[in-house]
Amino acid sequence: MADQTLPIHGALDLTPPRESQHTLLDILHDWVITVDHKKLGLMYMMMAIFFLLVAGAEAICIRIQLAVPNNHFISPQTFNRLFTMHGTTMVFLVGMPLVFAWANYIVPLQIGARDMAFPRLNAFSFWLTFLGGIFLYYSFIGGPGLYGTGSAPDVTWWAYAPLTAKAFSPGHATDYWALALIVTGFGTIGGGINIMATVLSMRCKGMTLMRMPLFTWLMFVNGAFVLIVITPLTAAQVMLLIDRYLGGHFFDTQAGGSATVWMHFFWIFGHPEVYVLVFPAFAIASEVIQVFSRKAIFGYPAMVAAVVGIAFVSLGVWAHHMFTIGMTSAGNAFFVLSTSLVGIPTGIKIFNWLATMWGGKIRFATPMLFCTAFLFQFLCAGLTGIMLSVAPWDWQLHSSYFVIAHFHYVLVGAIVFNVFAGIYYWFPKATGRMMSETLGKWHFWLFFIGFHVTFDTMHFVGFEGMPRWIYTYPADRGWQHLNLVVSIGGVIQAIAVLLFAYNLIWSLFKGKIAGNDPWDAWTLEWATSSPPPIYNFATDPVVRSRRPLWDLKHPEDPDWKYD
Amino acid sequence: MLPKWLRVERIVRLAFAFALALSSHALAEGPQTNTHILSPVSTPATQIYQLSLFIIEITGAIFVVVAGLLTFVIIRFRERSGDDQSEPAQVYGSNQVELAWTVIPVLIVVVLFLTTARVIFAIQDAPMPQAALEVTSVGHQFWWEYRYPKQGLVGQDFVAVNELHVPLSSADHPTPTYIKLLSADVVHSFWVPQLMGKIDLIPNHPNDMWIDPLQPGIYLGQCAQFCGVQHANMLLRVYVDSPERFAAWAANQARPAVQDPSVAAGRHVFETQACMNCHVVRGTVATGRFGPDLTHLASRDTLASGMIPNTRDNLRAWIKNPDAFKPGCLMPAMQLTDEQIDQVTNYLETLK
Ligand code: HEC
Ligand SMILES: [Cu+2]
Ligand SMILES: [Cu+2]
Repeated sequence: MADQTLPIHGALDLTPPRESQHTLLDILHDWVITVDHKKLGLMYMMMAIFFLLVAGAEAICIRIQLAVPNNHFISPQTFNRLFTMHGTTMVFLVGMPLVFAWANYIVPLQIGARDMAFPRLNAFSFWLTFLGGIFLYYSFIGGPGLYGTGSAPDVTWWAYAPLTAKAFSPGHATDYWALALIVTGFGTIGGGINIMATVLSMRCKGMTLMRMPLFTWLMFVNGAFVLIVITPLTAAQVMLLIDRYLGGHFFDTQAGGSATVWMHFFWIFGHPEVYVLVFPAFAIASEVIQVFSRKAIFGYPAMVAAVVGIAFVSLGVWAHHMFTIGMTSAGNAFFVLSTSLVGIPTGIKIFNWLATMWGGKIRFATPMLFCTAFLFQFLCAGLTGIMLSVAPWDWQLHSSYFVIAHFHYVLVGAIVFNVFAGIYYWFPKATGRMMSETLGKWHFWLFFIGFHVTFDTMHFVGFEGMPRWIYTYPADRGWQHLNLVVSIGGVIQAIAVLLFAYNLIWSLFKGKIAGNDPWDAWTLEWATSSPPPIYNFATDPVVRSRRPLWDLKHPEDPDWKYD
Repeated sequence: MLPKWLRVERIVRLAFAFALALSSHALAEGPQTNTHILSPVSTPATQIYQLSLFIIEITGAIFVVVAGLLTFVIIRFRERSGDDQSEPAQVYGSNQVELAWTVIPVLIVVVLFLTTARVIFAIQDAPMPQAALEVTSVGHQFWWEYRYPKQGLVGQDFVAVNELHVPLSSADHPTPTYIKLLSADVVHSFWVPQLMGKIDLIPNHPNDMWIDPLQPGIYLGQCAQFCGVQHANMLLRVYVDSPERFAAWAANQARPAVQDPSVAAGRHVFETQACMNCHVVRGTVATGRFGPDLTHLASRDTLASGMIPNTRDNLRAWIKNPDAFKPGCLMPAMQLTDEQIDQVTNYLETLK
């Protein structure tokens, strides 16, 4: 069944017409000038994986340094740079490109469109994001400036004022940091506009908003969301550069500026940013869980409403990152309330995913393994999130390793796990070949074990009172044993990721031929060939329900009967 | 009520017994205190701790229910080898069920919010009793300054450094310490887990917090907001003394520096080199405010913000090259001759 071409109206059963590409230069040229949404999606993906490896290597250096007390593996200066770069890279050069990797590749296919609404803006957005990455890493070379002060930024990824002022951060490292964020920010805004326009105006015939796959819904909300979220960040960076170069005093506390204004700007971006990064993970889970449980998503309207709800509420919770800055008691109480409200729509999502699995016939192929682990870890992350939202307890937990554990549960346990799920799931579509299941299972279990060894333990390091951002710690604190465990888990994860990288390359050349629809799935991207031809569909498809391919495969019991 | 062995407090304690066991050797050697957030010895820290137990109870219950469901689903509904190829029944949703799992979280949120708000107001808006001690803490890259104004047990105002001394409090006669938090440069954060959660020291934005330690001892903590290259070594030490010992300590700190003619050579070096531009030695011409006050340096247990024991060797090595201990700290190596360093060390050692 997997190999047969589905006779959906408008689907192509041709393998894509390949132009002859003779030289490496030709191929490279092709990729650089492309405006094709699929190629751009893959380029975003490759960029993300590349920087994931870089930032992962930085994390490993950090973990080696912290494995034992009073370690001298790297200097304090280097350590401070590494964690700043690790955080900044993971958020802006891995997480954000991933959002657009998925949105670019999958959304047009799922809505039966031939490309994004603005293909050139799409290419421009990608190259801006990439340029931002170059700016950030150029700081290693250009950061010292004329006076040889510093190299890469060492101000943490929060870059709290006034540490970023010229007086405390001479040289150009902070400038490259700010510039990188401004430039990738513009790329993000371009991408966000593009997704919105695409979803609003390019859907195929019959695909009403409430018939869009949940994946597309999440990406659509995300597209709108980033426009609101990125703006304060960009504004803050511009103010910072004005302070540094034009004698502004926004954050210059020596001249009456305000350190807390930076905090507000940063977190009014920073909190919703988490959701920007996690929505693609939700999107992937919503597809994979349906297909591998063999059931339609449970409570589709509630799922859509929950996403919109999360996005909306999350714009009013930012100061839960600032419980320790001395807000009034009423202010603290307000942000406790608004933050715990996020738990309601999030709970709905978890329960609906569970209900989708309930009564199904769950196939634990690699994508589903990752998604199941995601459900578990996301649950835990949500619960530690509740703990952190309790302002008085947050006075203890804030900036301790407990917080690091919590947000890595979100960023790795939820997002990275689902990114892996998504890659295993859509790799056959993008390349025409399956990824190795054996290596996939090895990858999953190693990563799962490594993840839990590292991040479960880290919660306890936090309870023991170890703060983040410290390059060393005295032996008399008693933190060394757990830290060693954390570091060992980090190494296990690194091995798993290398195994994954190997699997990618191996499968690209040697993987089993996938056919159009290897997972027996239900959304439109599986109706076209693998990889899809340049314009995706020869003629515009027409759909009558949320699962057009289900309707085709089950004419006796089509979804549109229940619409 | 749950059976006793299931009570959260017990489970939590067991879990942490594990972590504590791992760090037990630290407890054996160091002062009989630790940096754990689950062993509070002061009212605000205890209130936080009790609240946290309640939160663990609620989140633990949610965890058991949801993770249990997930496990059940994984086991019960996985595809079995003997299965036919048919698709399972398609269910698209159910309003009643979905309403149920919306309403229950709403109720949990209400409970969480009310209990949390109570503790916020109890800690933040606690009125300051008459007997309270007031101290101002100023964060510097990478050390702590404590200003004691004249009051109750403090006969005359003075400045202490890096080691905060406060009087023991008790349930019947609470003598809490109210700490005003300021910063001289960038954002820092004051965190001694056994006494209270952390509050930031932000330039142009005075904050305050209070503690009322109920057991004597030396409580450890450290700066909790990244503040530059030596953030990791901006350690905190809080000495909780009996009221008499505290009063004696304060009386000594309030005195000007000891004048000992036998170390005049060292004093001369100190006052003719840049030392005096950065350090105060009260009662002498050294009035620099950039670095820590050294008036009673020799009365302290540690140097460089709790980093190294205050021994003669360490003091000498520190003056010779501070970077050897604390690379990137803001005190330069002064390129003194060995003889000058010995003389200054002799001088500083007399500053009891
Ligand atoms: C540029 C200003 C500057 C000069 C000049 C300077 N110091 Fe310092 N000193 C500092 C700073 C800043 C610290 C705090 C370092 C830290 O802990 O991060 C310090 C710390 C110290 C300490 C440790 C204090 C404590 O309680 O931890 C001693 C002792 C000391 N200085 C002695 C000297 C002597 C002796 C000289 C002259 C030879 C000198 N300093 C010159 C700035 C200076
Ligand atoms: Cu947040
Ligand atoms: Cu600090």
